[in-house]
Amino acid sequence: MRQVMNTKKIYALLIAMSVSTVFVCAQPTVYPADPQSKAFVIQGATIHKGNGEVIEQGTLVFDNGKISYVGSGSANVPAGAEIIQANGKHVYPGFIATNTNLGLVEVSSVRATVDFAEVGDNNAHVRSLIAYNTDSKVINTLRSNGVLLAQVTPEGGLIPGQSSVVQLDAWNWEDAAYKVDEGIHINWPTVRFGRGFFGGGQQNPAAQKERIQKEIDLLNDFLYEAKGYAEADKDEAFNARLGAFKKVFSGERKVYVHANKANDIIAAVSFFKRLGIKPVIVGGGEAHLVVDLLKDNAIPVIINQSHALPSSTDEDVYLPYKQAKLLDDAGILVAYNIEGFWQQRNLPFMAGTAAAYGLDREKALALITGNTAKILGISDKTGTLEVGKDANLFISDGDALDMLGNALDRAFIQGRDIDLTDLHKQLFERYKHKYHLTAE
Amino acid sequence: MKKTLLFCALLLAYGIRASAQETYPVNGSHDDRPQRFALTHATVVVKAGQVLEDATLLIKGQQIEAIGKGLSIPKGYVERDLKGKFIYPSFIDAFSDYGQQSGTEAGGGGRGAGGRSPQVLESTKKGAFAWNEAIHPETQAVKSFSVDERKGEELKKLGFGAAQSIIRDGIARGSSALVTLANDRENQVVLLPEAAAHYSFNKGTARTSYPSSLMGSIALLRQTYYDSQWYGNQKEEYNISLAEFGRLQNLPQFFEVDDVLDLLRADKIGKEFGKNYVIKAGGNEYQRLDEVKATGASLILPLNFPKAYDVEDPNDARNISLAQLKHWEMAPANPAYLEKAGIPFAISTVGLESTRDFWTNLRLALDNGLSKEQALKSLTEIPATLLGVSTQLGTLEKGKIANFIVTSDSLFKEGSIIHENWVQGKKFVANQIEALDIRGIYTSQVPDMGAVKFTVDGKPGSYDVNIGKDGDSTKTKVTFNRNGDLLSLSFNPKGAKGSTRISAYIVEGAPLVFKGESVAPTGESTPWTATYTGPLSDKKAERRDAATKTAVEGKLIYPFVAYGNEQKPVAEDVLIKNATVWTNESQGILENADVLLAGGKIKAVGKNLAAGSAKVIDGTGKHVTPGIIDEHSHIAITRGVNEGSHSVTAEVRIADVVNSEDINIYRQLAGGVTTSHLLHGSANSIGGQSQLIKLRWGRSPEELKFGGNDGFIKFALGENVKQSNWGDVARVRFPQTRMGVEQVYVDAFTRAKEYKSQLAVKGANVRRDLTLDALVEILDNKRFITCHSYVQSEINMLMHVADSIGFKINTFTHILEGYKLADKMSNRSIGGATFADWWAYKMEVQEAIPYNAYLMTSQKVVTAINSDDAEMARRLNQEAGKIVKYGGLPEEEALKLVTLNPAKLLHIDNRVGSLKAGKDADVVLWSDNPLSIYAKAEKTFVDGVKYWDLDEDASKQDVVQNEKARLIKKSLEAKNKGGAMQRPAARPAMIYHCETMEEVEVE
Repeated sequence: MRQVMNTKKIYALLIAMSVSTVFVCAQPTVYPADPQSKAFVIQGATIHKGNGEVIEQGTLVFDNGKISYVGSGSANVPAGAEIIQANGKHVYPGFIATNTNLGLVEVSSVRATVDFAEVGDNNAHVRSLIAYNTDSKVINTLRSNGVLLAQVTPEGGLIPGQSSVVQLDAWNWEDAAYKVDEGIHINWPTVRFGRGFFGGGQQNPAAQKERIQKEIDLLNDFLYEAKGYAEADKDEAFNARLGAFKKVFSGERKVYVHANKANDIIAAVSFFKRLGIKPVIVGGGEAHLVVDLLKDNAIPVIINQSHALPSSTDEDVYLPYKQAKLLDDAGILVAYNIEGFWQQRNLPFMAGTAAAYGLDREKALALITGNTAKILGISDKTGTLEVGKDANLFISDGDALDMLGNALDRAFIQGRDIDLTDLHKQLFERYKHKYHLTAE
Repeated sequence: MKKTLLFCALLLAYGIRASAQETYPVNGSHDDRPQRFALTHATVVVKAGQVLEDATLLIKGQQIEAIGKGLSIPKGYVERDLKGKFIYPSFIDAFSDYGQQSGTEAGGGGRGAGGRSPQVLESTKKGAFAWNEAIHPETQAVKSFSVDERKGEELKKLGFGAAQSIIRDGIARGSSALVTLANDRENQVVLLPEAAAHYSFNKGTARTSYPSSLMGSIALLRQTYYDSQWYGNQKEEYNISLAEFGRLQNLPQFFEVDDVLDLLRADKIGKEFGKNYVIKAGGNEYQRLDEVKATGASLILPLNFPKAYDVEDPNDARNISLAQLKHWEMAPANPAYLEKAGIPFAISTVGLESTRDFWTNLRLALDNGLSKEQALKSLTEIPATLLGVSTQLGTLEKGKIANFIVTSDSLFKEGSIIHENWVQGKKFVANQIEALDIRGIYTSQVPDMGAVKFTVDGKPGSYDVNIGKDGDSTKTKVTFNRNGDLLSLSFNPKGAKGSTRISAYIVEGAPLVFKGESVAPTGESTPWTATYTGPLSDKKAERRDAATKTAVEGKLIYPFVAYGNEQKPVAEDVLIKNATVWTNESQGILENADVLLAGGKIKAVGKNLAAGSAKVIDGTGKHVTPGIIDEHSHIAITRGVNEGSHSVTAEVRIADVVNSEDINIYRQLAGGVTTSHLLHGSANSIGGQSQLIKLRWGRSPEELKFGGNDGFIKFALGENVKQSNWGDVARVRFPQTRMGVEQVYVDAFTRAKEYKSQLAVKGANVRRDLTLDALVEILDNKRFITCHSYVQSEINMLMHVADSIGFKINTFTHILEGYKLADKMSNRSIGGATFADWWAYKMEVQEAIPYNAYLMTSQKVVTAINSDDAEMARRLNQEAGKIVKYGGLPEEEALKLVTLNPAKLLHIDNRVGSLKAGKDADVVLWSDNPLSIYAKAEKTFVDGVKYWDLDEDASKQDVVQNEKARLIKKSLEAKNKGGAMQRPAARPAMIYHCETMEEVEVE
């Protein structure tokens, strides 16, 4: 017992020391990590692989940015490796935030900082990656909770533009790029709701229907032209919007269709089927009502956050908590997204809630790791803790899906040992100093 | 009393005149007729329940001269034999905009804030009127009244003879006129130039931004009553509106609402000032019948029953809520429910999409249990009484105005026809009385068809005639015209070569015979006869009955939304055994302990408690905590969480607008919440008074109120009050900077202090100011501040203002930079209620950190985690759990962030917030550590009543599903029968946050 106390004291001292360093530094001195220079061996941890499997008392080795061993028992320790004893701790693949405007906005209410919505209905050609601000103060706060990758996504209009996947430890967007321009997003035309201002801006059902049909026609015309454009031997006249779909028709770029209503999902899936495209449904508010369609067509769904209210009065009060399980049980590939940017740090708790309401905990983890990587087309590189994949992972003191357990010791992106300091921790330290809470 | 008598005398003077058109010159010769009529041998229904068979009605001029059986008819009377006909008093529409051009509420006049145009902070109406354009009691409907021949005929055809003509615009709407529907000069038809004073919660076309919320409307009306009381005894100002407001108090007082909860609100504000409003109701009174009954108010009921929903597309059908479907089924029974409850009501055409729906819906109401006697009363006697004209209208008695209808049959009988509607002694023909009723079955011979049967059904003017071969059920529609005794028929049966046409005339006799010529398609003409063989069978009428009769099969639920209960749940005595018990008391967290609930209180907490008669719940492996208390909530609020017009709105009260029907109450019980502090929003430096409620799902708004607690008020600082994020139009209102915010407080409290000292002077006629009243309460430590706040500068400022003026700040809510000033707050014993981890969405949250709660706690600031959000409130326990993560607060202390600490901040820790014998039994049973993501609320008790049960919820979901399935089936049946339909349109629920701005919806 005494020894434990000592260890604690030492630990406190270490914190105090590190605090003094932290103190003088602010965000600008939270440096992106250098490439992995030595192997790491994590021993004794519970390893959650992100594919539904879990290894108790496992060992994980990674070197040169890649995972070289995952398993129970012991592994060969490469020369010069740092051994991390993680008994009682948990190792997870880095969580992947999808459909986020992270880095495209710094302060929602300040227009000058808002870069996620271009003007116009069809912006198939705009690319989020080049606007992604690696110096956003938000990014580090996400890493602190285990989010290590993000699909940076534009918003607004019928075709908001192209998303890219980035890793969250970079000097600039070029470094951050993990999968470039990997998908085009389409907001499926749907019923819009007025907010009740000035007698309500809501169109009547007939007018809504007419507008929706017009927008679908627009999409239809555009996409068939894009198909023709893609199939042509050479471009007669350069068209950036049409050109954006070339890679879609060649299968190199995904189509993410944002749709929530059952009817909209049905319409969207059928629409793209005719074009020979298998879209990813994003939102999927009523996806659980059309599971057969989704299953028959092998359509994956990135559903909305579990921390949401039911969409109508009559719905099961817990439906948003249970939806992931309903889809997973039906054999549909499903992942989570959260609206917004700073909110992404709660991504693990979305999965935790799904687990609380019946989904197997490892499967729940897959909703923000393995499944997500498959849907985004990056499962060859990340999403699970398997040999050959990038060492995007972290060690948590406890169950990272639970706020009571989510406490990161170490995190690695491509094997790089990243600094888990963030603005909030820095301000915490600053005011611990003010109130003399750091002095032992 | 004297005044009233005089007033009645005046009414009479206006009401009944000897002769007509005295002041108007006549072009040509005068044509004044004596108007003497004797209607004989009729069945005269004097009033509901009093019928004279074979009676005579004598009319002279505008009046009923005599009525009775066997009356001798004086000479000079035009006698008409109405044998077989019925005479009833004609109806009175007690709520109408008849004769008003711009009578109905126009939409979207007013502007709040955050809209598309700048705020209007002062009246745009020129003159010595009220400061607020929604208060215009000076409006007199009689001045803009003009006879509307078309509308008048429409109403007369329905049976109405008089109407209250109202300008339905604004909150204090002025006076209405009572008029007859005679098509005469306005001077002749006005019975009462000022029939009643009118009010509503709807600001209508008023352009002043205030009020922008329901609570603002209520506050404005309340203030106006006080202003009116003050006005009479002062000499400082002349104010037409206040003078008129006072003058109109002697009239009957009418209030228009569209919903039962608004009805209760209207009644409540009336009672505050000794007024018993006659309330124009919304049609859903059955949903809160006991409360409506308790008001003692007389009502005016609309017959605006919803059309069936078109639910053929299941995806459309999902847009329809259980409440909407149930209301569709039950609305036609509303009058019957009220009748059974003994609540007096008149029936009006108000709210009908088309007057054609009046009789359809009235019959629907009768089919659903409304008695004929009540229906007649509600259309005649009761409106007459409510308008104070029962000596002139409403029944058929000597001396009353000759307003009556002549019908073919007993009025409410299926197929009965209104023939004539006499208004002020003048006949209006709705459906010509024909000498002969020719309806029935006739046999005849028709060339090419042989022996046929004609069925003559329908009404004069719109006969429904069919022809069919003898012994063949196939019927062919006949085009049939009757003009007095002349008839024409044409028909083209299947297989015929063309139309057969017949011209004929009626030969009276026994049996009745039609005689004439038939012209075949070939042009060949032959003599034709048809002979009456008997009356129509009742089968057709029965079929129609079956089609429209929609007996209510569903049950009333409380509240009237999905997951409502048929029976009000009651408190149980419960022993939760062998659980981990988070006491929030000095015992800390007890393992394997018991909690005993009895009589709505916690009876004991400890180990091995005896159950006695209590029901035992096994808590093994589970956790028990006090109910979650949300210091900052905006659920269960009706029509506007912000009165976001003025910078100081201390007069508005959430207490006035509690909404018992909000599903979020149930949803939050499912997250373990038992008490919510309903706050005004953050649009104003000094917002409105808040209301503490317990989540007693199903109880009425008044029963939701916590009871016996201290009053609170919302203040706000920062971007919202300076309207930073409301767009470029919001650049008018002071303050626009944090500098200005300070001066708003200094000014308001300085005025409050002056007001307080004025009030202290004996005998002074001080204008009661509800805004300043609330501030004086703060100064007197009788009302407590919870202040929305973000950055340290402004928080520091308000603390200094409070210190210098001498008031206390109870709580800073949100207080995202509280960690920067925790020492200063602590020194002043100011608490903090904050979010766990919100930040980055606006400038003032750029340094909001999740360690805030930990740091404030470390400085002994009583700290709570609040929601400000209906979604987050469902998992506040887990938000508290985040403070274990962010900073390392011990779990026991973390739970207190959402239980005991908010109880302390709200001054209710003597009743709730911990598990201690004697406290309210507000208790949650959790599946897991309540701070964990895996924790589910399995049972939630409020006052010992189990309002949430995870297992029972499953069966409630089944009930919702089954009930919806039944109603959807019924809707489809209605559609198949050709009933009127409406397309389902989803209406997303309004979820309020601090910053939500909303105009009062125009309904």
